[in-house]
Amino acid sequence: MSPTVTIVPTGSANIASVAAALRRLGTASVLASAADEIRDASAVVLPGVGAFGPATQRIDDAGWRAALIRRVGDDRPTLAICLGMQLLFEASEESPGARGLGVVPGTVTRLGRGVRIPQLGWNGVSPNGRSRYVDAGWAYFANSYRVEAAPAGWAVATTEYGGRFVSSIERGNVLACQFHPELSGPWGSTVLRRWLTAAEEAS
Amino acid sequence: MAAPRVIPCLDVDAGRVVKGVRFQDLRDAGDPVAQAARYQAQGADEIVILDVSATPEGRGHAVETTASVRDVLSIPLTVGGGVRSPVDAQGLLEAGADKVAVNSAAVERPDLVRSLARRFGSQCTVLAVDAARVEGRGWEVVVNGGRTRTGTDVVSWVRRGVELGAGEILLTSWDRDGTRAGYDLELLGAVTQSVGVPMIASGGAATAAHLAEALAAGATGALVASILHDGITTVTTLKSELRKAGIGVRP
Repeated sequence: MSPTVTIVPTGSANIASVAAALRRLGTASVLASAADEIRDASAVVLPGVGAFGPATQRIDDAGWRAALIRRVGDDRPTLAICLGMQLLFEASEESPGARGLGVVPGTVTRLGRGVRIPQLGWNGVSPNGRSRYVDAGWAYFANSYRVEAAPAGWAVATTEYGGRFVSSIERGNVLACQFHPELSGPWGSTVLRRWLTAAEEAS
Repeated sequence: MAAPRVIPCLDVDAGRVVKGVRFQDLRDAGDPVAQAARYQAQGADEIVILDVSATPEGRGHAVETTASVRDVLSIPLTVGGGVRSPVDAQGLLEAGADKVAVNSAAVERPDLVRSLARRFGSQCTVLAVDAARVEGRGWEVVVNGGRTRTGTDVVSWVRRGVELGAGEILLTSWDRDGTRAGYDLELLGAVTQSVGVPMIASGGAATAAHLAEALAAGATGALVASILHDGITTVTTLKSELRKAGIGVRP
């Protein structure tokens, strides 16, 4: 029995899809409101669609920043999706001046030239071999910005779209994906299930 | 590179799937949840639901339909039809839509596109455009299910929509809709060259060759409806034929 997942309501549009994907895996979810719910939850999803600046603003206005930083630092089960992954980094070209959570070093940049932006569709994901959650496969993406350089100390997977970018990073019980596992069919469900299993073992 | 998408479209009237020719003569074509699940199992890359209900009572089913379809879908879901405000869009997104398409209301009030993009992100904001050929002058935007011709040039409107924040264009040829005569490739070519966002071709698909032509003309996705609903082909067959033609669709 996997633990109830606490979703951080970043004001983003994919919360219903995340909750539905968890339900299909037999896992209940609740929306967090107070920072201590985020700090103490056995498993947290940080979803996100939209812009970097407004999302960091919302995190600060709600007082969630320290709880999120602490979770990742303490290796508590945490899954960050799409913009959620980008929020773990220090900054983004999308919103100059906005401060990310900074738990992973690096800056988020706009997708490369010669491709239609946003990237909306399925693309190949190639793990570098040390991944515990992500297999090679096809994932659904909805992004205009991305992480280019693999951060040290994290297992990564990469994808090609206007150049190679980092499509997931993971370390211990923390997984961050630029793709949407909740929208990536059976392959995505497997990613979610593996992370839920890790969360269950950690709790 | 991203794979071209094959996207079944369900036109829904008061909670039931319907399909007509040139947006008229709507026939009952089934239950949206069962159909969405079937197309997903066949390998659909995304599902589009367009609410074509003529009455407010009919449109009242849209949120419920979206929630029921979301429950069974682990692929993206775009919902449109009758979206007139950010509040309408929010209702659909909260019910489980991943993207919301706006059409007639955006033509009346272009700022709606900007509001949606600011509030929910360009990735969630699809501009649906219905285009009718005008002899010798390209294409004009038609609204209200094709009943009203606006005189607005399609290419200019799409450019404007993208400037306002639309992250994807769902481009339907009114002349080809439901005819099975193939997509309007000239229209697709003209529009894809004018903007840099993803483009879904719609209206006229009968064969995998039609889909291949649309993708070659610059579409990043191809919408299919009646040929699936009428059991003439399946998503599996279409994708297998596209693969044989050398197009890298998702397995």
